[in-house]
Amino acid sequence: MSEGVRAVTKIALAGNPNVGKTVLFNALTGANQKVANYPGVTVERKSGRLTGTGKDGVPAVEVVDLPGCYSLNPRSIDERIAHDVLVGHAQNEEPPDAVICVVDATNLERNLYLITQVLDLGLPAVLGLNMIDAAEAAGIKIDTQALSEALGVPVIPLAARHGRGIEDVRDAVLNRAVVPPLIDWPVRDDVEAQVRRLGEILAKEYSALDERRVRFEVFAALTSDVLLDSWTNRAPGFRDAVLAARAEMESSSIPYQMAETMGRYGWVSPLVQRVVQRHSDAHARSLSDRMDAVLIHRVWGPAIFAAVLVLIFQAVFTWAVPAMDFIEWSVNGIGTGLRSVLPDGVFEDVIVEGALTGVGNVVVFLPQILILFFFLGLMEDTGYMARSAFIMDRAMRRFGLSGASVVPLLSAYACAIPGIMAARTLPDERDRIITIMVVPLQGCSARLPVYVLFIGAFIPAGTLLGVVGYQSLAMTSLYFLGTGMAFVAAWVLGRFVFKGEGSSFVMELPPYRVPQWKLVFRRMIDRSRVFVVRAGKIIFGLSILLWLLAAYPKTELTPDLENRLATAQEAVVLAEQAGDPAVTTLALDAQAAAQNQVASFRTRNSYIGRFGRALEPVMAPLGFDWKISAGIVASFAAREVIVSALATIYSAGADADEESLALRDAIKADTYPDGTPVFTSLVAVSLMVFFVFALQCMSTLAIARRELNSWFWPAVMWVYMFALAYVFSLVVYQGGLALGLG
Amino acid sequence: MTTSLDQLKPGESGRIDGFSGSAPGRLLEMGLLPGTVVEVVRLAPLGDPMDLKVRGFHLSLRKKEAAHIIVLRS
Ligand SMILES: Nc1nc2c(ncn2[C@@H]2O[C@H](COP(=O)(O)OP(=O)(O)O)[C@@H](O)[C@H]2O)c(=O)[nH]1
Repeated sequence: MSEGVRAVTKIALAGNPNVGKTVLFNALTGANQKVANYPGVTVERKSGRLTGTGKDGVPAVEVVDLPGCYSLNPRSIDERIAHDVLVGHAQNEEPPDAVICVVDATNLERNLYLITQVLDLGLPAVLGLNMIDAAEAAGIKIDTQALSEALGVPVIPLAARHGRGIEDVRDAVLNRAVVPPLIDWPVRDDVEAQVRRLGEILAKEYSALDERRVRFEVFAALTSDVLLDSWTNRAPGFRDAVLAARAEMESSSIPYQMAETMGRYGWVSPLVQRVVQRHSDAHARSLSDRMDAVLIHRVWGPAIFAAVLVLIFQAVFTWAVPAMDFIEWSVNGIGTGLRSVLPDGVFEDVIVEGALTGVGNVVVFLPQILILFFFLGLMEDTGYMARSAFIMDRAMRRFGLSGASVVPLLSAYACAIPGIMAARTLPDERDRIITIMVVPLQGCSARLPVYVLFIGAFIPAGTLLGVVGYQSLAMTSLYFLGTGMAFVAAWVLGRFVFKGEGSSFVMELPPYRVPQWKLVFRRMIDRSRVFVVRAGKIIFGLSILLWLLAAYPKTELTPDLENRLATAQEAVVLAEQAGDPAVTTLALDAQAAAQNQVASFRTRNSYIGRFGRALEPVMAPLGFDWKISAGIVASFAAREVIVSALATIYSAGADADEESLALRDAIKADTYPDGTPVFTSLVAVSLMVFFVFALQCMSTLAIARRELNSWFWPAVMWVYMFALAYVFSLVVYQGGLALGLG
Repeated sequence: MTTSLDQLKPGESGRIDGFSGSAPGRLLEMGLLPGTVVEVVRLAPLGDPMDLKVRGFHLSLRKKEAAHIIVLRS
């Protein structure tokens, strides 16, 4: 290492989105990666250890992949983070001692805009000229020597995807990164005078600031309110001066907001003209352009997009089934296994029936989520995701959503969690919140068991006009109801809650690229892990709690029940002694029936049963008795729990599932004390409508809280969805009664 | 002849002359500045947004936003 060069311990990667930063980051760090969040926000902090460091006496070097951004002037939370990390304002984060500026060689001009901002900060830097392979293929030649001289930092040609230049850039950033001389980009005279004056004020008032950075900060404060306000405490005089200068320039219509961009592009454009040579005829359309002619064609575009969606749904709903069955089977197996090793008692019950079943309820969706994330990753990596947003934007905007909301909304048909996570790709914060708020209305697969049970039990199997079955018609209507409401809710939220400027949709359509399977798989695994860990933790705790609430307090059995149980047990013993298999079977059945009655009695007196009975007056107008109400309370954790909860309450045996005839029959046979049936078709419809809307899913709340970084909106989400559920069920049930359908 | 960017048809291009109202910062940063040549490549299937080509890359922009960009048709 040469004299005067500080040892590098932390390297940041900065650049526009889609320039190959992730690929370079992976190449530099290998498997030593960590993904966390920046404190208080949902932006991922990806860091890793530079390969070959941190062992054999070589001090560890951390590599941080900053979020991709177009400017350091923070317009989005991603840009805010990139800015804060580079200038050393990020919480718990030392500023890097060297920066690798990554640019796309095929799109140098726009890329260099950001880079001139980064270089202004005065951190030692090198420029990674990535995608040099694509540039060569397109007949673009870049004079790296001239570029390096102009920028004042080493320029390293890279093809990160093909592993070319990785060693060079590694060596350069460790040993040759330099602080470049300030670039002298031109600014119109009237603005320049103000900038100088403001710079002097700032330097005087806040002398801790590196002299070199003064100009950068002045421009930042002139154009960004966020950055201006960051001076409120440190240099209030400067802040006032900037406000005054802004007002003054505005009144004489000096376009000072454009001064920085004009200046930087005014310097970058001639440079690019000088160092970039296009050999092939520049007007030949690229492959990507020709693909777009089909993929976003007026007719073919939507048709292909529809086909892609059908494929994804096919995969999520049919290919995942064997794996889901296998998981269910394994969870049951583990339960049986645990029961045989754990000592009988409360602990065993809590573990097996509370924790294991609860976690199983979440893990069973893992295959669907993996498949979904795989396809989403593929769409992102190839560049198709941006096209889907482009195609759908107009249609979605009618409802106050954006084209980029399509993917989250569709993902939510499998499960709201990947839907909420997919909303991260929305560039506009307002659009993102609205999308997250309505995503859980989409008919997720956890609702299916509920629908299957009640449709199977109460909707006749016939067909309407001999064409569509009533049952499938009912099922489809439930999905339409949810989706329709999602759009209505989005419209209402956009119109009345998140008022203000409609979002903007300035989105790059990046060139299509061959997907990198390793990257796609890695993303799929990373995101699925978030799902399992987050959802799993919460579900684990709450499942135990719910189970305890359903199992306690243990009430004394009535003498009558006690007798019945004892008699049944005796009968079994006697039958076994007699050795007649037919009689034994009968006796065992009778015993099971008695045990179920006991279970039902216990549930009625458990905390959940008591909740159910306390809730009954509130729920009665919807047609729900205490048992259904208790089921709803129990299924607060996860919708499908209501099936097993009802099974317990209805004494149909704890292992009944939604297809089980015993449960259907028990439900149909149940009556109120006066002999009228508890469940009529109308009650069933009312209950299904309730499940279309109610947010009975803790994992969704947990993920929404994580993605929105507050409990407020998740709470609003739960309340508004419950209100919808209540009102719609009320209308269905009371309306039905009035029409004499009861 | 000046017009607003949303008036250009697919295949047409123009040179940016200015902005009506305050210039949107994001567009400036993307390089849509006075003097920059913009080509309308195509429209989305429903007629909006627009697929623009600027400084060698593709950008999608809603017509509503494009309406604030004044161009000299070329
Ligand atoms: N041709 C080519 N493609 C690359 C290269 N590096 C990355 N890519 C592709 O560029 C796309 C974006 O890369 P990614 O690392 O996700 O970009 P990021 O958004 O900057 O992290 C992916 O499809 C990569 O496979 C390269 O050196 N050459």
